[in-house]
Amino acid sequence: MSAVLDNTGLATAEPSAVVAFTPRPPVLRNNALMDAVFRNLTRFFAFAVFSLLAAILVSLVVGSMPSIRKFGLGFLASAQWDPVQDNFGALVPIYGTVLTSAIALAIAIPVSLGISVFLTELSPVWLRRPLGTAIEMLAAIPSIIYGMWGLFVFAPVFQDHVQPFLADTVGKVPGLGILFSGPPMGIGMLAAGIILAIMVIPFITAVMRDVFELVPAMLKESAYGLGSTTWEVVRGVVLPYTKVGVIGGVMLGLGRALGETMAVTFVIGNAHDFSASLFMPGNSIASALANEFNEAVGDVYTSALIELGLILFLITTIVLAASKLLLLRLARGEGTRA
Amino acid sequence: MATASLDNPTYRRRRRTNAVMMALSVVALGFGLFWLAWILGELLWEAAAAFRPSIFLRMTPPPGSDGGLANAIFGSVLMSGAGTLIGTPIGILAGTYLAEYGQRGWLAPATRFINDVLLSAPSIVIGLFVYSVYVARVHHFSGWAGACALAIIVIPVVVRTTDDMLKLVPNSLREAAVALGCPRWKMITRVSYRAARAGIVTGVLLAVARISGETAPLLFTGLNNQFWSTDMNRPMANLPVVIFQFAMSPYDEWHRLAWGGAALITLLVLGLNIAARSLFARGRN
Amino acid sequence: MNAIVQPSPEPMPESKITVRNLDFFYGGFHALKNVNLEVPENRVTAFIGPSGCGKSTLLRTFNRMFELYPEQRAAGEIILDGENILASKSDVSLLRARVGMVFQKPTPFPMSIYDNIAFGVRLFEDLSKARMDERIEWALTKAALWKEVNDKLHQNGDSLSGGQQQRLCIARAVAVRPEVLLLDEPCSALDPISTAKVEELITELKDDYTVVIVTHNMQQAARVSDFTAYMYLGELIEFGATDQLFVKPTRQATEDYITGRFG
Repeated sequence: MSAVLDNTGLATAEPSAVVAFTPRPPVLRNNALMDAVFRNLTRFFAFAVFSLLAAILVSLVVGSMPSIRKFGLGFLASAQWDPVQDNFGALVPIYGTVLTSAIALAIAIPVSLGISVFLTELSPVWLRRPLGTAIEMLAAIPSIIYGMWGLFVFAPVFQDHVQPFLADTVGKVPGLGILFSGPPMGIGMLAAGIILAIMVIPFITAVMRDVFELVPAMLKESAYGLGSTTWEVVRGVVLPYTKVGVIGGVMLGLGRALGETMAVTFVIGNAHDFSASLFMPGNSIASALANEFNEAVGDVYTSALIELGLILFLITTIVLAASKLLLLRLARGEGTRA
Repeated sequence: MATASLDNPTYRRRRRTNAVMMALSVVALGFGLFWLAWILGELLWEAAAAFRPSIFLRMTPPPGSDGGLANAIFGSVLMSGAGTLIGTPIGILAGTYLAEYGQRGWLAPATRFINDVLLSAPSIVIGLFVYSVYVARVHHFSGWAGACALAIIVIPVVVRTTDDMLKLVPNSLREAAVALGCPRWKMITRVSYRAARAGIVTGVLLAVARISGETAPLLFTGLNNQFWSTDMNRPMANLPVVIFQFAMSPYDEWHRLAWGGAALITLLVLGLNIAARSLFARGRN
Repeated sequence: MNAIVQPSPEPMPESKITVRNLDFFYGGFHALKNVNLEVPENRVTAFIGPSGCGKSTLLRTFNRMFELYPEQRAAGEIILDGENILASKSDVSLLRARVGMVFQKPTPFPMSIYDNIAFGVRLFEDLSKARMDERIEWALTKAALWKEVNDKLHQNGDSLSGGQQQRLCIARAVAVRPEVLLLDEPCSALDPISTAKVEELITELKDDYTVVIVTHNMQQAARVSDFTAYMYLGELIEFGATDQLFVKPTRQATEDYITGRFG
């Protein structure tokens, strides 16, 4: 590719004579060409990544067309799920997705806050790395492990001990009690929500910890210097400063929880029924897809499932994009306006 | 009466609140660690019973009989390997564009944003995507489709780490190369890549760890295969889907094999994570 | 504004680089204002002045380093051996091979000492192993580093001390046999002993190269350079033989800087 004229005449002489300022040998290189090729190659793949999101969206829309044409907007409100009659509705899976994620966040947010506060304010320095690593290990465990453990280990314990306990205590409270009614089966919405919470805790914790560490030490020290307790510093300085980032982290956790498949599929029960009780089985979009897609017969059934996937994709994309925007705002310092 | 003394009721109240809150945060930590210990402990317990050499030597059995996971392990290795080989160069090149050429223009910031969204996108939707554009067209499941789905999961991870690691390379190093008359493409490949080498490899290892446990994208692409197969153009056995199928079944032998497979995957994933972290720490020094 | 050029006691050597009406912009900021200067061949010329005066900016126009950054641009002429390098159509990497640069912070590449030096050479020349070995020994000798590293050429470049790393960078720049050497505050990150070694090197290098050094250390400029240019706020205030400029500067502004009244 490159033609170089060897400067044999000079090289045979003594090294010190090599330095004599003879004209530089002409060097022909297609540097400009290679530079252009490389630049365009990298640009091409960057563009490919950029278009991937749109490509996924388009293919999902195309795949859902039969279902969209048949059910229209009513798909979102219908609780029907009848493969025999080819009558489908997204309400139950959407409800399941949202509910399990809500339960997961309700548990995960305070726990993650607690862990992050511990890691940044209370923990002795030597403990920070190992604890951080432990949290990251929890995040690395694949969701199918959570699912299996949930089904074989957690569900029986839940069924035998926790659910009866809840039914006897909170279940007796008028109004609220209806959430904890029904036979204890071990699996169900609540179980799925709890497992999801455990999965999501490391993600939210990681973001919160990173965001807490952004608070300038001087700011905290001036609060401590006035005699504030640790909790008061967290509540009065750290949280307001990182408010936007904390919300961004929570939304990241939400985005993950909404799309989680295996952890939920094992324990949610795969039932297309509505129920007020958290003890009852249900369905999430992801678990419906995992359980039914390969058995689906017929265009309408398949495209209804794809439309579910489209809805999930839209929801998670919006949540994740919002999370990213919030985190970018914090990085730029706008979150400091406490 | 001194303001800051134990006689002051306000002060006592504040101290109590603080103690309560700090105790709660320790409880939260214990809560998190408790689950980690329980899950890993249970996994080790079940795996101890399930682990035998036959896991690696025998094929996945029909319902009710005993066997191993050899074809599933092999299939997973093939598909993950192919997915990594496809996704890594794409990810590195795209990440290179972001870090080295992305100072001006709209493409770099937009791609970074979209990449981060893709990073956390539901993997089951990725499976649907590959199904729609590939499997539905050719009318059969295949190892290649599975590999493609895994590649799509690998790409955002590698893009992100490559971008971050290349951005850490000091500009002075780049200028030093350019000052010698080095063309840009050579400067990137011979100097920037070399300087960021440890970090980029770490990113690839983390991506491999991520796809090792992914089940959902393979459900509609690679599907499964009860027998030993080296044909990537046919449905391919793979560990996660086998675990899913076996675990959801009512058969004890299948449950045992599912635990064995789960333990195998967890060992691999945690091992890769630890390897990646220590490689990165060493590369830094 | 016209800079004052003092008459020098010896006959003025030929000009290696002639700068004519040079303006430089960082975006909208006018960093260099109508600079006119002649850098003499085979001498050491120092650029001095307070922070932000434009001395590094001026240095980096000589090898068109600013072109890496889209917001930076230069207008005017810089003539090297009869050709205006700012308007040249030929490959800029050829220019950069003729005009070498050493930076403030030592920047060894993440490779062995041998490969560090061979890197630049391999860009333009196809040398056999024997000749490459020869060239590397020669370059390291020129940089007064050969004796210290000849037994560990395959060790990584960053295993050397700071002063050694900087001399490695000098060897690397010299190995491609440039005509001009640009040194951008080469000693500011080094300890005094390494600084002394590098300064000694600089006075030897001028036999074979035209050296331009940017320094914020006036004593250093007085020690190593033959000619000095004093810059302030983007303008060239005074240029002349070092002995004269430091002993009897023509302009009040120069004298104020040299005597430490500011900066």
